[in-house]
Amino acid sequence: MGYLLRRLLSTVPVMAVVAVVVFLLIHLSPGDPAALIAGDLATGEDIDKLRVALGLNQPLWQQFALWLGRLASGDLGTSIFTQVPVTQLLAQRLEPTASIAAFTMLLTLLVAVPLGTLAAYRAGSWIDRAVMLFAVLAFSVPVFMIGYLLVYTFAIQLAWLPVQGYSRFADGIGAWLRSLVLPCINLALVYIALVTRMTRATVLEVLHEDYIRTARAKGLGVLPVLGHALRNAAIPIATTIGVGIALLIGGVVVTETVFAIPGVGRLVIDSVQRHDYPVIQSVLLLSAGVYVLINLLIDLSYRLFDPRIQY
Amino acid sequence: MSTALSTTVPEAPDTPFVLPRWHWARKHATLILGALLLLAVAALSIAAPWVATADPQDIDPLARMQAPSAAHYFGTDALGRDVFSRAVWGGRVSMIVGLWVGVLATLLGVLLGLLAGFVRWADSAVMRVMDGLMAIPGILLAIALMAVTRASLTTVVVAIAVPEIPRVVRLVRSLSLTLREQLYVEAAHAVGTRLPTILLCHVLPNMVAPLIVQATFVAAAAVLTEAALSFLGVGIPAQTPSWGNMMAEGRNFVAVAFHIILYPGLLLASTVLAINLLGDGLRDALDPRLARQL
Repeated sequence: MGYLLRRLLSTVPVMAVVAVVVFLLIHLSPGDPAALIAGDLATGEDIDKLRVALGLNQPLWQQFALWLGRLASGDLGTSIFTQVPVTQLLAQRLEPTASIAAFTMLLTLLVAVPLGTLAAYRAGSWIDRAVMLFAVLAFSVPVFMIGYLLVYTFAIQLAWLPVQGYSRFADGIGAWLRSLVLPCINLALVYIALVTRMTRATVLEVLHEDYIRTARAKGLGVLPVLGHALRNAAIPIATTIGVGIALLIGGVVVTETVFAIPGVGRLVIDSVQRHDYPVIQSVLLLSAGVYVLINLLIDLSYRLFDPRIQY
Repeated sequence: MSTALSTTVPEAPDTPFVLPRWHWARKHATLILGALLLLAVAALSIAAPWVATADPQDIDPLARMQAPSAAHYFGTDALGRDVFSRAVWGGRVSMIVGLWVGVLATLLGVLLGLLAGFVRWADSAVMRVMDGLMAIPGILLAIALMAVTRASLTTVVVAIAVPEIPRVVRLVRSLSLTLREQLYVEAAHAVGTRLPTILLCHVLPNMVAPLIVQATFVAAAAVLTEAALSFLGVGIPAQTPSWGNMMAEGRNFVAVAFHIILYPGLLLASTVLAINLLGDGLRDALDPRLARQL
């Protein structure tokens, strides 16, 4: 219990830094934030009005305190372009992004862990070499390049799957799943490469341990032995999955553009072109929050893998 | 006695031990492959004015979206511009961004990392800020930084470098913690060497190998991020030919003219692959112990 509290408290400084960075973002830019928000067509009078309306004429620390207070009450501000509360805007866009992220994660776990274990078990073989080659390639080929190759092959040439767009869950599970296949495969490739490499490295290390030799000596089959190995390799693998969340969220932005999916990532890009800063700030806060939360959960799950850990 | 000893020393054999031919090349195959591939791309982009077969901005409405041919090696894009010439010029952007982000992120990372590793009161402050920066996905932070500045090559370099800094800081700090305990550092401190001198003469030289390796990986990530930013329309100004911009322009013509996206994409992938191979090769060549850390 004490550990839980300490670990929870340790997220406070991280999120505080995130909040400061996100808040300072529009103040860091060279030039007047009010003019930046008002855009190129605004007159001097418009800018002055906006400055007062947004409280930009107050001292910086007062603005920050005000902004934090609103955040604490769940108010992310109002979108400058659409005049809609940002929370509402985000809620509309969350379903596609969350669906892609969840399925990508699932796909990664299902592919990367067995693949990495296999590569470690057969270290030095052609399977191992092929897996490592795939990992290097997946890190080098840009996400959107693979995305278009997938679209070109499976949607345009073979016409197996929809080319682009997103079908809501409420409009039918079949169509929803079909619209998710290519984006998830696309996004998962880098993530699979990352987790496979880590799985291979840790399992390889564990396979040299004495208890593995004992397990083999007592006549245990390949799968139970690998089961022992995996359980002991689980913590570094889980950590890598957590760190990879940043990669996943970043990848979603690109994937949504390739597949023309109206998710949170697309919202950010549109907001950059519209100078809609409250939306950009909110997405940064949200994604950092998700990253911190998932890493917190992963930290707390270590005990499941290794009961010897005393918090 | 000494003469007796010297007579027992065996004479040098007539044929000294020689490593098998190409031993070095075979041992460092990844390094050589990566370096050669990167040199080829770099040479191509430096020689852009002479290699390009056409003006990269030259619009020809009559020759729109032509397939690759002898006249246009990579075909033409939606405005009839020569894709090969644009791709060759576009390589310059990637090379510049990779190089500068690698240098900038490493320099700032070393400064902050040494501060955290050797100045006790600064340690937790610096590291908390780095933890916060790492919680924001790199590409999102870069997008947000691009949103508040005017798009140019310089702002793109800075926007990509900032999210890369924490990784370097962490590496430098962890190396510092080990080096700080080394006897020669303690000895230098004991004879009254000032901290800046210790850092410059005793600590930094021992960090060069891992830093070079890390810088290559940062450069590879930077080239990818620049292309992604330009592809999303928030990177290099659209009129500048860059691989990301070219792929963004070809986006709407995937079904009819896939070559507009394919060739810049292949060049981009080969460049990043080259830098990654170079990094892997350098890591194995410079410091085998590092292979497990990075």
